[in-house]
Amino acid sequence: MTRVFISRDSTALSLGAEQVATALEQQAASKGLSAEIVRNGSRGLFWLEPLVEVETSQGRVAYGPVQVEDVASLLDAGLLDGKQNPLYLGNIEEIAYFKNQNRLTFARVGLTDPVNIEDYLAHDGYRGLKNALALQATEIVKQVTDSGLRGRGGAAFPTGIKWNTVLNAPADQKYIVCNADEGDSGTFSDRMIMEGDPFVLIEGMTIAGLAVGATQGYIYLRVEYPHAKIALNQAIEAAYKNGYLGENIQNSGKTFHLEVRSGAGAYICGEETSLLESLEGKRGLVRFKPPLPAIVGLFGKPTIVNNVISLASIPVILDKGGEYYKNYGMGRSRGTLPLQLAGNIKHPGLFEVAFGMTLRELLYDYGGGSASGRPIRAVQVGGPLGAYLHEGQFDTPLDYEAFAAISAVLGHGGIVVHDDTVNMADMARYAMEFCVEESCGKCTPCRIGSTRGVEVIDRIVDGAQKEKNTVLLRDLCDTMTYGSLCAMGGMTPFPVLSALNHFPEDFGLTAKA
Amino acid sequence: MQDYQTQKPTVLEILDTHQAMPGNLLPILHGIQDTLGYIPPAAVVDIAKSLNLSQAEVHGVISFYHYFRETPPGDHTIRICRAESCQAMNGKALEAHAKQQLGIDFHETTADGIFSLEPVYCLGNCACSPSITIDDEVIGRVTTEKFDRLLATYKGAK
Repeated sequence: MTRVFISRDSTALSLGAEQVATALEQQAASKGLSAEIVRNGSRGLFWLEPLVEVETSQGRVAYGPVQVEDVASLLDAGLLDGKQNPLYLGNIEEIAYFKNQNRLTFARVGLTDPVNIEDYLAHDGYRGLKNALALQATEIVKQVTDSGLRGRGGAAFPTGIKWNTVLNAPADQKYIVCNADEGDSGTFSDRMIMEGDPFVLIEGMTIAGLAVGATQGYIYLRVEYPHAKIALNQAIEAAYKNGYLGENIQNSGKTFHLEVRSGAGAYICGEETSLLESLEGKRGLVRFKPPLPAIVGLFGKPTIVNNVISLASIPVILDKGGEYYKNYGMGRSRGTLPLQLAGNIKHPGLFEVAFGMTLRELLYDYGGGSASGRPIRAVQVGGPLGAYLHEGQFDTPLDYEAFAAISAVLGHGGIVVHDDTVNMADMARYAMEFCVEESCGKCTPCRIGSTRGVEVIDRIVDGAQKEKNTVLLRDLCDTMTYGSLCAMGGMTPFPVLSALNHFPEDFGLTAKA
Repeated sequence: MQDYQTQKPTVLEILDTHQAMPGNLLPILHGIQDTLGYIPPAAVVDIAKSLNLSQAEVHGVISFYHYFRETPPGDHTIRICRAESCQAMNGKALEAHAKQQLGIDFHETTADGIFSLEPVYCLGNCACSPSITIDDEVIGRVTTEKFDRLLATYKGAK
């Protein structure tokens, strides 16, 4: 029986993958052809979705983008034998966009059946856990520290240091919390892992539990990701059944339980202390720090809070060693970052690569320029709290420190492209408006500052005392940056000030001297 | 609006099944909204009593989270993404078009009770902006024409 792969990834589904899978199954059956349809994750080359891959003696042959209307003719043209036709792409792994990536964390995404544990095991799954089970807790933490991994949620805090703090915090109960509240616009790497290879996240969390002595884990998943929830729960169930979760994991005597909890549409709950409040069943109000969650976290106990990608990178580190991971990257940014190309871009998708590539290479060599065909004018990197970059900054290497040096952030690796029709005063206003909408309300600079920010930008655009109000906007941004309790209010000035500094003409201002 | 007395057994049952769960308020609210479509304001009394919280605390949680609603939704809930990536692909025009076609603003339900309209900040479908969801279905690269076709389909499916 020929195996055919059609993705169950949300983005593929949003383009009709479900309908294509159904049509292919029915039409193959009615033509007397035998095909087994596997619903895999997405390869992340989204302009080619819905992608259909056929397993042949020469390897996997891809076709795309396939619409329902194409199915009949594709079958007639020998789709199941991997024959050529107008939608023929050949081996997807030979396309430069895929071939030139460094897929460490995403090694299996798009390749395997995400919820089939046999498939996971056959593709190097649970090798990291196996190694971890043979190590002392301190040795596991050392591997993570040696890897140089820094928090992929955006803050880039060294993961090993966080784990070590939790390891050394004495307590009767500790927790591993996965921050899967991926709310940044332009980001979808967490979602792709959870839908495309949920076991890798489960394995990473289990290793984290072993490393610090935590027996309970929670995945705090945003409610906007229903397909991820389904895949995670299917994988968790399979892991329990096969002795990879629960009591006495693989006869080691170790215990780790895992549960998915749904958020409820609050962006602020991606902030770690707000997330913990939410998990405890409260309003997602940000907590004062210190104490750090590593010392006083969920239900008052020492807690690791890590992003999905950080945790999903743990298995490869424990499998191949911290040094192996560290050998990718540049400067203090070690390993790989799954970048996400979105917005007005011809070839949007997931691009996992070692730190160091320039933004320009990514945008033009791989992204293919804007989708509209117009010049790219501004690029926002790092989500709604990230700075807007202009063309003159596109040669900046993708590296935490290089971005910090130009008052920008890499964040969670989301890249949103805007063409020359964008009005940057509108985008600056939107950044403030978003902060109004999503502020938890605990601290004044964020709660009130954002509302005043919208008003001041409106006054500048309306031409009312432009110079005076620009000074006021800068002063307000200063207050928000230094006076806010967390990154929500503290980083909203990034998009606002970068828009103002790089694109003053959109505010009706002349360029700054 | 439905009489709460007919909904109360459902609420009590959900409260009962979540009794031993740590941090159970959000799972309870999800359970109620998944079953009834919204959280009846009268349920707050029962929730507060069961969890030993004040009614203000429970109401505070419901109102904090954008996803929870205290009024019944239409047959289908349309969520339109307002975030940057969708804006870069004419999301604002789509938003205006949707409001005009439906004759409602965000957080409202059409007079015939078929559609509710809600804003959403990112669906993680940014590679195919602009995006919307109708109930649990994510739809990408939504043009105004595609939106009209979807409306017609869902209206017909009612």
